[in-house]
Amino acid sequence: MNRRFLTRALGIAAVSSVALTGGFAQAKDSITIAVPSFLTGGAAGPFGIPAMNGAKMVTDAINNGKLPAPYNAKGFGGASASLIELDEGGGATKQVAEYRNLVEKRNVDAIVGYISSGNCQALAPIAEELKQFTIFATCGTPRIFEEAPRKYVFRTMGHATSDNVAAAMYVKEKFPNVKGYTGINQNYAWGQDSWRDFDLTMKQIMPNTVASDKTQFPKIFAGQYGSEISAMSLDKADLVHSSFWGGDLEAFIFQGAARGLFKKKLGVVTVGGTAAYRLGKKLPDGLVLGARGPYGILVKDRDSVLNQWFVNTYKDIYGIYPSGPAYQYGQAILAAKIAYDKAGSDASDEQLADALRGVTFESFSTTVEMKLGGGHQAATENGYGITKYDSEAGENVVTDVKFYPASCVLPPDGVDSVEWINGGMKGAKC
Amino acid sequence: METFLTILLDGLQFSSYLFIVSAGLTIIFGVMKILNVCHGSFYAWGAYTSAFFIGKFSEMGLPDGLGFVVIVASAIIVGLVLGFLIEQLILKHMYHRDEVLIVLATFGLFLVLEDVILIAFGTDPYFAYQPMALLDSVEMGGIVRDVYGLTLIGVAALVAAGCWFLLNKTKWGTILKAVIFDREMGISMGINVPFVYTLTFIGGAILGGLGGAYIAPTISVAPGLGTEVIVLSFAVVVVGGMGSIMGAAIGSVIIGLLRALAVHELPQVELFVVFAVMAVVLVFRPEGLFAPAKPRKI
Repeated sequence: MNRRFLTRALGIAAVSSVALTGGFAQAKDSITIAVPSFLTGGAAGPFGIPAMNGAKMVTDAINNGKLPAPYNAKGFGGASASLIELDEGGGATKQVAEYRNLVEKRNVDAIVGYISSGNCQALAPIAEELKQFTIFATCGTPRIFEEAPRKYVFRTMGHATSDNVAAAMYVKEKFPNVKGYTGINQNYAWGQDSWRDFDLTMKQIMPNTVASDKTQFPKIFAGQYGSEISAMSLDKADLVHSSFWGGDLEAFIFQGAARGLFKKKLGVVTVGGTAAYRLGKKLPDGLVLGARGPYGILVKDRDSVLNQWFVNTYKDIYGIYPSGPAYQYGQAILAAKIAYDKAGSDASDEQLADALRGVTFESFSTTVEMKLGGGHQAATENGYGITKYDSEAGENVVTDVKFYPASCVLPPDGVDSVEWINGGMKGAKC
Repeated sequence: METFLTILLDGLQFSSYLFIVSAGLTIIFGVMKILNVCHGSFYAWGAYTSAFFIGKFSEMGLPDGLGFVVIVASAIIVGLVLGFLIEQLILKHMYHRDEVLIVLATFGLFLVLEDVILIAFGTDPYFAYQPMALLDSVEMGGIVRDVYGLTLIGVAALVAAGCWFLLNKTKWGTILKAVIFDREMGISMGINVPFVYTLTFIGGAILGGLGGAYIAPTISVAPGLGTEVIVLSFAVVVVGGMGSIMGAAIGSVIIGLLRALAVHELPQVELFVVFAVMAVVLVFRPEGLFAPAKPRKI
């Protein structure tokens, strides 16, 4: 009798404990977020390190409840986040293996980051296969959400189409006398997509301009552009478009400036923001400069509480003003907080995805509307300005800054970017 | 005519850059039979050392002209220190091993040295524009050219002339040719081959370092810059013939001129043309255009 009673009591206790611990999930005290970024290689200095700094700064502030309102609630759905910092270098194959490792062996809760379009392109289907909540922070190719619908993958900044449509619109508005254009872009998805979108937009909105038939596509990280600069100098085009970034951009600016390229032709650099603080006096005046959206030098003086917190805190910690990648990674971390706050720190990947899909939120420097790609791709404004060295302040500034709303420079949801541009950008609200 | 002159100058400028780096690679292979992958590291270390000190001297208010002394000194320091250490501590103990193993060892060294650069110099790029700015620019063939870039052609010519003089007009050249021709016979004739190897490796490293140090003022010196150059250098050395200085010179000129022609006339094939040349040479003359003659051993 006693033995039967004891057995039943143990059984009931066991079932109760399972129900309490496993059957009803408890809110977590901590979560782990993997943050891949370029920590080695040519992209580390201008992109990867500022990006990682931005992610760390925002995560620390969230963990300590120090972000300005409305994000001053402590933690990610109350949980404190620890970051796993990863190097994004080594190519897409290595990144796919690393991604699987993060999900299957290290059991991370979320993955937030990635700069390279090639990596994002390769990882999107893997994230879907593994059903892992993932936020791409900086990579630009529009193909990620245009080639297939995604359920677990998000991108919290605009894609390359907006950079190049906005560039063409800025040229039309500020330099209507441009007669022809050429370009120098890296020979991979990013460079090719960027040139394609700029070229197609120019054909639509400035049909009287002539595109050069000798546009340059050097290999990424080539570093030497002597022949390309000569070819562009001899070209009749009076505008040079480039989506170069990082060390390639800086080398091109050095070599081009030494040869008077930017005195002879109007330079349009869509990712110039990363060079603006670093090159100082060596950045030529008069370049049309973008920062892949409303980030970095273009928004340094925006006086919203969130932006001033971001600029001042970053400057205090790292000693320089934040460039675009710092903003973009900070923004992606903020999106993760929004998802966790809504779904709870114990939320499944599916619940986190449901929480972020289609939301609109105020980020540090702009409003982010997750309204493209079925609610997975952000739409933000995009802008350009003209470089000028401020000798009194001892730093570069941008003048004539103009922002174009997201509905002006990005296609409506479900419409392919190329089709949208070729169709005369129907529905664009500028 | 303007376009022709521009292509010629662009081609020669790029050839000069290729030759300075690949000359060191081919000398090391010719004498030591080592396919030295870590040659890219000599280039990177030369660039970093030069950029670092040019920047420092500029901050100290020293004359920009000192940058040229820094460039030469950086190449020599990098070659002497890295070349000596690598040869003495690692390669010296591997000469009797299979050549493939030595290639793997130099590849491992390349990866290690890339990471040491990150530790020593950090991830932020270095700018050393002062020497380029000092020499200003000049108009040639209807376009502006930076004089610094043009001086690269002169530096390459000096390196080529120096190598020719060393090999053909000095006792050291005779010794080197003897070792290249037949190592064992050289030893039996009393040549201190290990010493020749050490000096050769240091010399090759200095040339690799010189390439990086001289290019530094025109680029953003950032991590990973040694990777690209080693691929191009291998293409040059394969085209010209491994171990041949003349081959490296001709290979550089062929690749440089064809690349410049492609950039100006058909930019879509710019990447293709370098390796197409290599493929064609490998099909019709696998040993390269100017591979040194090999003795027939009986």
